[in-house]
Amino acid sequence: MAAGPYSEKVMDHFMNPRNVGEIESADGVGEVGNPACGDMMRLYLKIDEGMVVDAKFRTFGCGAAIASSSMLTEMIKGKTVDEARAITNQHVADALDGLPAVKIHCSVMAEQAVKSALDDYAKKHPG
Amino acid sequence: MTKAFFDHISTTPLDPRVFEAMRPYFLDRYGNPSSHIHDQGQAALRAVDQARAEVAALIGAKAGEIVFTSGATESNNLAVLGAAEGAGAAKRHVVVSEVEHFSVMNALIPLRNAGYEVTVLPVDRTGGVDPDAVRKALRADTALLSVMHANSEIGTIEPVLPIGRIAKEAGVTFHVDATASAGHIPVDVGEIPADLVTLSAHNFYGPKGAGALYLREGTKVAPRTFGGFQEMGYRAGTENVPAVVGMGAAALLAGREMGAWAEHLTRLGKTLWDGLATIPMLHYTGHPSERLPGHVSFWVEHVEGESLLLFLNMKGVMAASGSACSSNLRGHDEEDLVASPVLRAIGVPSDICTGSITFSLGKGNTADEVRSALDALPGIVERLRAMSPTYLDYQKRQVKGG
Repeated sequence: MAAGPYSEKVMDHFMNPRNVGEIESADGVGEVGNPACGDMMRLYLKIDEGMVVDAKFRTFGCGAAIASSSMLTEMIKGKTVDEARAITNQHVADALDGLPAVKIHCSVMAEQAVKSALDDYAKKHPG
Repeated sequence: MTKAFFDHISTTPLDPRVFEAMRPYFLDRYGNPSSHIHDQGQAALRAVDQARAEVAALIGAKAGEIVFTSGATESNNLAVLGAAEGAGAAKRHVVVSEVEHFSVMNALIPLRNAGYEVTVLPVDRTGGVDPDAVRKALRADTALLSVMHANSEIGTIEPVLPIGRIAKEAGVTFHVDATASAGHIPVDVGEIPADLVTLSAHNFYGPKGAGALYLREGTKVAPRTFGGFQEMGYRAGTENVPAVVGMGAAALLAGREMGAWAEHLTRLGKTLWDGLATIPMLHYTGHPSERLPGHVSFWVEHVEGESLLLFLNMKGVMAASGSACSSNLRGHDEEDLVASPVLRAIGVPSDICTGSITFSLGKGNTADEVRSALDALPGIVERLRAMSPTYLDYQKRQVKGG
C-alpha cells in the first residue's frame, strides 16, 4: 500500500520493519546520525567466520530512515563481511524502489551504519 | 475506518453553501468585471463588489479598503514589499517577528538585497512577541512593522492590540497577517490599529486561490503587479470572480457563525488537549490559553514527527508536523530540510524539533473523531519509542539512576 511520497516497499518496511532490536554481546555495533538532524540509527551485528549471521537495529527517524534501516539488515544478513562493506546507499535506495530526493540521506545513513559496525568489529577482532 | 481531518490550518474544506454561491460564476455568469458595459460584465462587477463588502464586514472595514489577491502569500508579499516602497526612500528599515510565515520572511530577501535593514523580533517560550521589544525596535526610518495575528504552527495569538498602538504612536505602518485567525476569532480593524491585514479564503471554509489585503484608508502601498486598473490599481489582472464570490460568501458565513464554531472547537480542543496529557513525556507548544480555538500542538520525546504522522494517517487520522522533514518532502534537495524556524524560536531543543505535531480542528470535526485520535496515539508512540535508540538509552539511564 503506497502512501504519499513513498513507494510501497518503503511503506512495507516502515509499517513492518524487519530485525528491530538489539543483539546482546554483538560482534560489531555502529551508530550514525544525530537526533538533532532528525535521524539516528544503531546497528548490531553478529559475525561468525567472516559472515554476518544476524543484524538488528534501532532507529529514531522518519519513514525513509526506518525503512532504510530495515532493508539494510535484510540485505546484509548472510553476506560476508566484505560483501556487506560493499553495500552503498544506492543499493539500499534501489532495493526500496527509490526514495524522494530529500530522503536520500536516510539511505546514506544505512550505508554508514554498516561501515561503522564493521569498523567496530575489525577493532574488536584485529587480524 | 473513520477518516478524521485535523489539518485545518493548512486548508479547510469548502462549505457547501459557499460552493453554491460560487457555482453560477463558473458557467452562467462568466463576465469580466472590467467589461461592465454589458450585462455579463455588470453581473460580474456586482458580484465582486458584493464580495468586497462581505469581506470588509468580516473585519469591520470599508469595502473600498479591501483588495482581492490570489491568496495569503500574495497579500503578504504586497504588504511587505508594497509598504516598504510606499514609505519612501528615506525609510529603509523593516521590523518583523521571528515567527512570521515564509511569505513575509522570504519577501524580506529582495528588501535586504536592496539595502534595507531588517530587525527580527524574538519571541518568548510561548511564541509571543513582547510589545516592549517592538517599542525599542521602531525607529524614525522604520517603513513597516509586520506581526502575525496567530501562528499556524503553535496556535499562539499575538498581542496585536498593544503592538498596534505602539506602531501608531511611532507613525509606522503596521501589517498583521491574519491568515490563521480571520474567520475563527474576531479580527476588527476598528479595534486593532493595523494599516494592512492579510486574509485567506481557504482558511475559513472558502475556496483556494482567493485572498485579500485590507489597506486602511491613506496607507501608502506601491503595487507589485503591473497592468490594468483592477483592484484600485493595487493588483492588476482580471479578478478570479468565482473564487472572489466564494471568499465573500465564506466571510459572510464566518461573520454569522464563528462564535458557534469557536465554542465547538474550544470544547473539542480541550478534550484533545486533556486526553494527550496521559502520554508520558509529551510537551505542549505555544501559549496555553492565548491560542486559536481547536488548535493543539505538541512534541513527544523520542518520537520523530513524520513517522508519527504516517502511522496516524494509516489509522485515518490526518494531522500535520512543523517538521521540515515531512513538510518539505517534495523539496529539491536536502538543503530544503531545515528545522522549523518557529520551533527553534520558542526554544524547543533541536534534537526533538522533528517531533512537533499540530492538530488543527475544524467546524466539521466530532467528539468521536477526537476520540479516535486519542485512541490511536499511545500505541503509535509506544511502537516508535520501542524502535528508537535514544529511548533505549533513556530507559537504561533510568534503571541505573533509579
